[in-house]
Amino acid sequence: MQAGTAGSRIATLPARRKLPLHWLGVLPFFVFVAMFLIMPTLQIVVGAFQTPQGGFTLDNIRGLNTEIIRTAYWTSIKISVISALLGCAVGFAMAAAVVLGGLPNVLRSPLLTFSGVASNFAGVPLAFAFLATLGPLGMVTVFLRTQLGLDLRAMGFNLLSYYGLVIVYLFFQIPLMILIITPALDGLKREWKEAASILGASGFQYWRMVALPILLPSLLGTFALLFANAFGAVATAFALAGPAFSLVPITLFSQIRGDVLGDPQLGFALAFGMIVVTGIANTIYIVLRTRSERWLK
Amino acid sequence: MRRFWAWGAVIFGVLYFLLPLAGMLNFSLKARRGEYSFDAYMRVFGDTRFQETFTYSIVMALFTIAFGVLLVVPTAYWVRLKLPGLRPWIEFITLMPLVIPAIVIVFGYIRLYNTSSWLPLTGSATGTNVLLMFGYATLALPYMYRAVDTGLRTIDVATLTEAAQSLGAGWVTIMTRIILPNVTVAVLSGAFLTFAIVIGEFTMAALLNRPAFGPYMQLLGANRAYEPAALAVIAFGITWACMGLIQLVARAAPKPATPVKD
Repeated sequence: MQAGTAGSRIATLPARRKLPLHWLGVLPFFVFVAMFLIMPTLQIVVGAFQTPQGGFTLDNIRGLNTEIIRTAYWTSIKISVISALLGCAVGFAMAAAVVLGGLPNVLRSPLLTFSGVASNFAGVPLAFAFLATLGPLGMVTVFLRTQLGLDLRAMGFNLLSYYGLVIVYLFFQIPLMILIITPALDGLKREWKEAASILGASGFQYWRMVALPILLPSLLGTFALLFANAFGAVATAFALAGPAFSLVPITLFSQIRGDVLGDPQLGFALAFGMIVVTGIANTIYIVLRTRSERWLK
Repeated sequence: MRRFWAWGAVIFGVLYFLLPLAGMLNFSLKARRGEYSFDAYMRVFGDTRFQETFTYSIVMALFTIAFGVLLVVPTAYWVRLKLPGLRPWIEFITLMPLVIPAIVIVFGYIRLYNTSSWLPLTGSATGTNVLLMFGYATLALPYMYRAVDTGLRTIDVATLTEAAQSLGAGWVTIMTRIILPNVTVAVLSGAFLTFAIVIGEFTMAALLNRPAFGPYMQLLGANRAYEPAALAVIAFGITWACMGLIQLVARAAPKPATPVKD
C-alpha cells in the first residue's frame, strides 16, 4: 500500500513538474502593478459610483454637472486639443524639414537630442522659464516694450491665460511629436515617391494620395498621445497660474489637498472623468498605432 | 523653394525653443540691480531647504532606480525566456502610466493606503517615502521596461541561459553575471531617464507631503523673483546631463556581433 502510493507518486511526478509554474517568475511584477497601479485606479473608478457609506449611486457623476467643473473640463479639453494640434503641425513641419527638406544632415542629431531634453523639461521649471521670458518682467516682454514700443499686456496678451498656457505646453508637445514622427518619416520609402512620379503624380498628389494616407494613423495617434499628455499635466499650470486656474487636474489637486468642492466623493468622480478622457484618447492612439506599424516595417 | 520652407520651419523652432532658455538664463543673472551676477544661484545653493530637498530627491531617485531595475530586469528576462505569450499584456500594462494621469494614481494611493486602511503606508514618514518611491517607479515603468526590453532583444537570451545552466550557474548567477552585464547600456538609459523624471516631479511629492525638490521649486516660485529662474537653469542642466549621458553610454556600447532576430 505504502509502496504503491509512493510508486504512483513517482510515476506522476514528471507530469506534475510540467505544470506551468513559470508564471511565478513574473509574480513580483504583477503584485507590484496590481498594488500600485491597478488597485489605486480601480479605487477611483469604484469610488466615483459610491456614497460615503459605500452604497451604489450616480450622484457623484451627476454632481460633475456644475458651472465650475464644466468650465474646468471645457478649458482643459480646449487647451489639450489646441496644444496637441499645434504641436503636431509644428513638430511635423520641423521633422519633415530635417528628414525630407534637403537640409544638411548635421542638423538631424542635435534636433533629436534637443527634442529628448525638451520633451522631458516639463513641470515647474518650464513655467519659470516662460515667466522669465514672456511674463510681465520677462526678457521678451521688456524688449518689445522698451525697444519696439509694443506693450504685450496692453495688447491683451497674458501668459496666465488659456493662450499663454498653450504656448508653454508647446515646449514639450512639439519635441514629443518630433521624436515620434521622425521614424515614421524615415519609413517613407523612396520607391513610393518614384513609383508615384512615374505614374505622373505631382508632388502635391504624392503627398495627398500616398504619403499622407500612410502617415495618417501615426499622425492621428500622436495627436491622441499629445492630447493625453497635456490633459494630465498638473505641475506646469500649477506653477504658472497657481491653484485658482480652472483646469481639471488643478481642481482635482486642490480638492485632494483640502476639500474645495465640499464633497469628498466628488473628487472620485472628477478623477474618474480624467481617466475616461485620457483613456479614450489613448485607446485611439494604440489602435491607430498598430495599424500604422503595418506599413512601416 | 522646398529648402526655403524647411529652413523657415527650423529657424522658427530654434527661436521658439531658445528664447525661453535665454530668458531664464538672463533673468537668473539679474538678481543684482544693473549688472549681471550669480547672486540668485548663491542664494539658492546657500538655502538649507534647497540642500535638503535636492538631497532628498536624489536619494529617492537612486532608490527608485534600484527598485525599478530589480523589478523590471528579471521580469523582462523571464517573459522573453519562458512566457513570450505574456508580452502584449505586459506591454499594455507598462503603457498604462502614460494613460492614467499621475494625479489620479496618487489620489488612489491616498485613499488606499491611508492610516485607516489595511496597509497604512501614509501613517509614517518612512512608509510615505516607500509609497512615493513606488509611485515614482510606476511613473518610470513605461520608460524602464521599454529600455530593458529593447536591450534584451539584442542578445540571445535562451542560448546564454542554456550555456550558463550547463556550466552549473543558478538563477541568481545568471541574472547578475550574464543578463545584467549584457543589458547594462539599456539599464543605464532607463536609469538616467528615471532620474530626470524623479528629480523634478511635483504632483506625487506635493500630494503625499514629502519634502522633495519639485514642491520646493514651486514654493520658491510663488515667493521669490530671481531664484526660480536660477532653479529652472539648474533643472534644465540636470535634464540635459541625463539625456547626454544616455547618448554617451549608447555610443560607447559594444555592438552585438550578429543582430538577433526578434
